[in-house]
Amino acid sequence: MFSKSPALDLRRYDDKLPALDRAEVPLANGTEFAPFDLMSTVRFVDVRKSYDGKVDAVRALNLKVAEGEFLTLLGPSGSGKTTTLTMLAGFEQPTEGRIFVGAEEVTRVPVEKRGIGMVFQNYALFPNMSVGENIGFPLRVRHMPRVEIDAKVARALGMVRLEGLADRKPQQLSGGQQQRVAVARALVFEPRLVLLDEPLGALDRQLREQMQYELKALHRRLGVTMIYVTHDQVEAMTMSDRVAVFSAGRLRQVAEPRRLYEAPESLFVAQFLGESNMLPGTIASVQGRECAVALSGGARVIATPVGQVSTGIAVTLALRPEKIALGAAAAACTNSFPAKVLEVSFLGDQLRLRLEALGRDDLVVKLPNGSGGQAPEPGGAIEIGWHAEDCRALRD
Amino acid sequence: MHSATRAQLSYWLIVLPAVLMLVALYFVPLGNVLLTSVTDPKPGLDNYVLLFTSASVQKTLLTTLRIAAITTLLALLLGYIVAYAMRAASTRTQRLMLVGVLLPFWISVLVRSFAWIALLGTQGPLNSTLVAWGLVDEPLALVRNETGVLIAMVHIMVPYAVLTLYANMRGIDAGLVAAARSLGASRLQAFRLVFLPLTRPGLIGAGTLVFILSLGFYVTPALLGGGKVLMIAEYVAVQINDTLRWGLGTMLAATLMISVLGALWALSRVVDVKRLFGA
Repeated sequence: MFSKSPALDLRRYDDKLPALDRAEVPLANGTEFAPFDLMSTVRFVDVRKSYDGKVDAVRALNLKVAEGEFLTLLGPSGSGKTTTLTMLAGFEQPTEGRIFVGAEEVTRVPVEKRGIGMVFQNYALFPNMSVGENIGFPLRVRHMPRVEIDAKVARALGMVRLEGLADRKPQQLSGGQQQRVAVARALVFEPRLVLLDEPLGALDRQLREQMQYELKALHRRLGVTMIYVTHDQVEAMTMSDRVAVFSAGRLRQVAEPRRLYEAPESLFVAQFLGESNMLPGTIASVQGRECAVALSGGARVIATPVGQVSTGIAVTLALRPEKIALGAAAAACTNSFPAKVLEVSFLGDQLRLRLEALGRDDLVVKLPNGSGGQAPEPGGAIEIGWHAEDCRALRD
Repeated sequence: MHSATRAQLSYWLIVLPAVLMLVALYFVPLGNVLLTSVTDPKPGLDNYVLLFTSASVQKTLLTTLRIAAITTLLALLLGYIVAYAMRAASTRTQRLMLVGVLLPFWISVLVRSFAWIALLGTQGPLNSTLVAWGLVDEPLALVRNETGVLIAMVHIMVPYAVLTLYANMRGIDAGLVAAARSLGASRLQAFRLVFLPLTRPGLIGAGTLVFILSLGFYVTPALLGGGKVLMIAEYVAVQINDTLRWGLGTMLAATLMISVLGALWALSRVVDVKRLFGA
């Protein structure tokens, strides 16, 4: 139903855990773009949006989306992710800057001329039409012959596994089924681009996970570019080829989920995605790809500097709880320190420890259940350690 | 059990005066009207046969239906535009518009009818302006005919249409029109295929309400029609007051009432009447 561009190999997006170094290609860096870049479907160039003329809802936005990519815009509410999607859809126009879809500039193109499929949070199915009429709507307004519409609607219904429900009214369907109708309606006219605005927000957890899987499978099968908005980081990580993290109107980082998690480029990203131990300190020395950081408690830690750093500037070390090794393994690490166990919580799949170390009493360590060895006891002394590359020195 | 009965008894005692008043002042006269229509001047359905035989009765009925129908159409059209604009306006403007719609309700129909006669008459401001500007050679005949009746009746009916339609439109998710646009529909297509069908219950409700109210108009057609436009209410009044043909008068009143009840029943089959009128 959707023809893939033969020049592009989309299979690379199927890798569940893409190689970290892929982010080094220009694609991952939103600020660089060639004027005739056929690889990208969507480009935001220096886009700024202000609703009231005082506060910028989005500013300095440069972002490229590759053909066939599944990109998620992630951020807390009010971070600008929905505004970005709304501008791309055409409901709002940027105050400054330009937006391209394919080779065409769409900055001032009206909504209905953009040919972008959209799935809304509340589905926005037309209650006065049957399921079949809802799905056929984009074709009907394009004056497609009746026979052709019927054939395409039948195929779209099959695609979302709703065969035989064409004559029902949307109100007669369950939430998950309504969601599928909305997806079929957004795909039926074979748009070059599909936008999904928190489409799973109204579903319960189990259904959500199933729909995530189905959406991802559809994306893989059709190869259509999808841009997805969510505030749920787990959803973003599971589904996306790349995730764009927004905060306070600014795009903070665009990268593959794994790179985003393991190599955050800002304090915000490190805090927003998953859990991190945050240790404030000052750069004592920089040596190649490593730096020494003097913590406020007095200890010295070898870490990986992010961006431009020099001796004397204040940084915060971000250290994932699961990257901290204990006992004998700790001694082999670049950094190792004595610690005291304060608290042990059993969380089923993992043990969560709270430790006293480096002059703090809030250091968190996660141990996978079944990692073997003697589980630490509260009050016991223990050696902790981590490698320099797992500890990032971030300015912010 | 005992206390429940007593509670029920006191409940009935409280509503008894109201029930008695309704029965005495409403149902008894109504029964009387129905009874008179089949007994005066002699028992039988002779009065109702006039519906099919009397040319003057038929002419009055036709005039009434025609004026009510045209009034309904015009009031719906104008009311739809106002309600649509209200829905799109800011909260502040919305409130101002609502006051503007409700203002005429505080002025008596009688006063408004005389005001229209003054405005639309041959010497009135409208006609004198038109003549002064040379737009027309002689004053337009806007009163003492059906045109005048229609203008005044539409004016009275538009607020009813606006309020009913506005209540309906407020319940429509604005996101649906946006969704239609994003799926490729032009403004007009989104309106025609999505918004308009969703206002159907409002249109039916407002239409029925305005039509029913228009059927019973008395003062406005009597004043603005100048005796030339005879609607059913005035015809009944003439039979009761002047010609003293009470049987004919009550028959027409009964016919009107039965038609209105029938129309309401038909309406209840199509839409939720209680919700429509906010009960």
